[in-house]
Amino acid sequence: MPPKLLSYSDVGSPVHRLNGVTKLIAFLLFSIAGMVSYDTRCLLVMLVISLSVFYISKVPFKQYSFVLYLILIFSALNQLAIFLFSPEQGVQIYGTRHELLHIAGRYSLTSEQLFYQFNVLLKFAVVVPPALLFLLATEPSEFASSLNRVGVSYKVAYAISLTMRYIPDVQQEYVNISTAAQARGIDLSKKEKLGRRVKNMAAILLPLVLATLERIEKVSAALELRGFGRKRKRTWYRSRPLTKRDTLVIAGAVLISAAVLVITFWDGSRFYNPFV
Amino acid sequence: MKKPVIEFDQFTFQYRAQSEPTLRDINLTIHEGEKVLIVGPSGSGKSTLAHCINGLAPHFYPGEHSGVLKIMGADSKGMGIAELSDFIGTVMQDPDGQFVGLTVAEDIAFKLENDGVPHAEMIRRVQEAAAEVEFSDFLDASPQELSGGQKQKTTLAGGLVGGAPILLFDEPLASLDPHAGRATVELIDRLHRESGRTIMIVEHRLEEVLHCPVDRIIVIEEGRIVADLPPDELLCSGLLREKGIREPLHLSAMRYAGCAVTPEIGPRSVESVDLEGCTEQLIRWHEANLASPKSDVKQPLLELEGITFGYDPAKPVLQDVSLSVGRGEILCIAGRNGAGKSTISRLICGFHKPSSGSIRLNGRDLSRDTIRERADVIGFVMQNPNHMLSKPLLYDEVALGLVNRGVPEAEIRDRVNETLRVCGLYPFRSWPVSALSYGQKKRATIASILVLRPEILILDEPTAGQDFRHYNEMMKFLMELNSQGMTLILITHDMHLMLEYGQRTVVLAEGRKLADDTPARILGNAQVVEEAHLHETSLHILARRIGVQPEDEFVSRFIRSDRRMMN
Repeated sequence: MPPKLLSYSDVGSPVHRLNGVTKLIAFLLFSIAGMVSYDTRCLLVMLVISLSVFYISKVPFKQYSFVLYLILIFSALNQLAIFLFSPEQGVQIYGTRHELLHIAGRYSLTSEQLFYQFNVLLKFAVVVPPALLFLLATEPSEFASSLNRVGVSYKVAYAISLTMRYIPDVQQEYVNISTAAQARGIDLSKKEKLGRRVKNMAAILLPLVLATLERIEKVSAALELRGFGRKRKRTWYRSRPLTKRDTLVIAGAVLISAAVLVITFWDGSRFYNPFV
Repeated sequence: MKKPVIEFDQFTFQYRAQSEPTLRDINLTIHEGEKVLIVGPSGSGKSTLAHCINGLAPHFYPGEHSGVLKIMGADSKGMGIAELSDFIGTVMQDPDGQFVGLTVAEDIAFKLENDGVPHAEMIRRVQEAAAEVEFSDFLDASPQELSGGQKQKTTLAGGLVGGAPILLFDEPLASLDPHAGRATVELIDRLHRESGRTIMIVEHRLEEVLHCPVDRIIVIEEGRIVADLPPDELLCSGLLREKGIREPLHLSAMRYAGCAVTPEIGPRSVESVDLEGCTEQLIRWHEANLASPKSDVKQPLLELEGITFGYDPAKPVLQDVSLSVGRGEILCIAGRNGAGKSTISRLICGFHKPSSGSIRLNGRDLSRDTIRERADVIGFVMQNPNHMLSKPLLYDEVALGLVNRGVPEAEIRDRVNETLRVCGLYPFRSWPVSALSYGQKKRATIASILVLRPEILILDEPTAGQDFRHYNEMMKFLMELNSQGMTLILITHDMHLMLEYGQRTVVLAEGRKLADDTPARILGNAQVVEEAHLHETSLHILARRIGVQPEDEFVSRFIRSDRRMMN
């Protein structure tokens, strides 16, 4: 059985009990503020909030470990790329130059560059936990209705939710198809040369794609037979009214992000400059 | 006279992609509160008829029509699928594919959500609909936790919830096991009696639907209505056999015995048919038939011993299962979903390794053989041919396994052509696979396995979703392979298939072997039948009613004469 990656499980934390809309709004506000601001002080405060909320949610590590590793690798690559392509970015931004170590050619390590890259890392760290939380601690059925409530068309929202509904089935289908193919000598393991493996992959993908198309046709017929897309607006079985707690959280998120933006832009620059 | 709810008047329909009309000159009126069964072989147009009623044709499957179709007195021309869905609740085959919600409750609520019904009212109506199909305890379950029958109940509640006065079932039994199928038929019947809704069932599994009464049966052939009769009259007319639809088995038995089958005796149900005039004849026929020969013990080819396996060691899927398959034998493996049927075939093919126990072929332990090495001796054919076909052309498809094994080209050509001939596909060798019919595709997948010259063929539900003619063709083909020495393992729910073609049946329940006997004896064992989600056949009931003992002997004798009559 494939591991349950990025799947919802209700561990009953206060975060899980929040409305999906609340989580979506809080996530969006936090990401915008975190993306815009380079103010180290704000980012540090946001990081503390972000991590504590994540801690409260008690989401099991297993469920996001793989994604977390991916994000770590990606952000490491990102750091490296920033340094390779613009080693003097920090100097440009902060207007001073404190060289720590000359490496080679145009590459040297400056405090400014280090500080700048630390800020980039911080932004990642601020945004990732709420994003994971929205994915992991929102009941899948509430997903679509929350998206719809913040203005996404319900057809798009439902398409997303249906995709989630069918992912386990398609996974199972893939396992079945590929094992049957292996029996006919279509080997996908490392024993086969790469070129062959890619070719063999195609032999499995064709039936998988056809089976998926067949499935889509059936589902769309089923959707239409039950009046999907008939009206411009629809109601949701899983919509819940916002509770006091939700209002508080949204208000809190609005306040924090507003404060972050105000503090960040107070002196006219997005960057907090400790060098002057 | 009750008011008509569906009226076809000189109705002809042609799909845009077809060169000829699929339905021709249909004249049919269905009245409020009727329960109508529509039968016909595949390709007869019976599904198209259903699609015209619920609007899938022409709105989803484009096409042109002439003549008039009125739904609830209004011309359907002006109505889209969504408007029609207010009058007609549709339940399609394959409950899995039409399950659109992430939980049972959401799936039931779907129609209401789209109609913009307010939240409080929606909750109430969902609960009512769930209660109507007796499924209230499962509102929060996700589709992965449900069995096929339970998904079917959900979809049925989703059809009821909008309050449509007509319910349309398009092959509702196609993917259900016999037990769930029978429960569905009974549920539909209860809904009909209690709510007075109009019910239309499109289905080719006649015997199963006739478990409960219907008012009329409409037979469709080549796009035309060829019969429209009450069930008892239709069953006596001999029309079914002519049109390639299987009549209920108890009826065939009564005919073979020479009984006069008339509408007056009520032949629809084996429980209620009046046997006064023919009990003696049936007993005489039974005694005149030769006793079944003891099947000779065959030399074991494949042996499983003490197999235990589980994806999660704490929850074993199979526990200490032992079974053996004789050379040239036809073995059926039955059991409800999740009993471990497919797991056992996957273990035999080496897709998984058992945690304990051994699998031997010709006395040799297979545990160190790879999937590919095993595939040279054991072939596995999946239920859905589309899951196996991966080449655009038939010849390449069949050749694939050999090409991957590096067999010289000249030999590939010989072996592929020979296999295509055996499978009756030689004339199509240069055709694209997509142009083949479903039955041909199924054969193509068998050919692609046969070409590797295995000693055993494992087939998962080889006749699922096929009508009687295709069922017969497929089984005749498999019997030919068997007579040439091929050993067959059939994984199936189909009780007819088991009875008619299985030499032995192994029943699995909750990962253990529950029974291992002749199909006729298995199907006569009430406890096993229940555990395996099968149900008693009409032949067993008939034998009991006329007092023949043992019942399975009556069944075996019937099967042998039936096969003689067929050929």
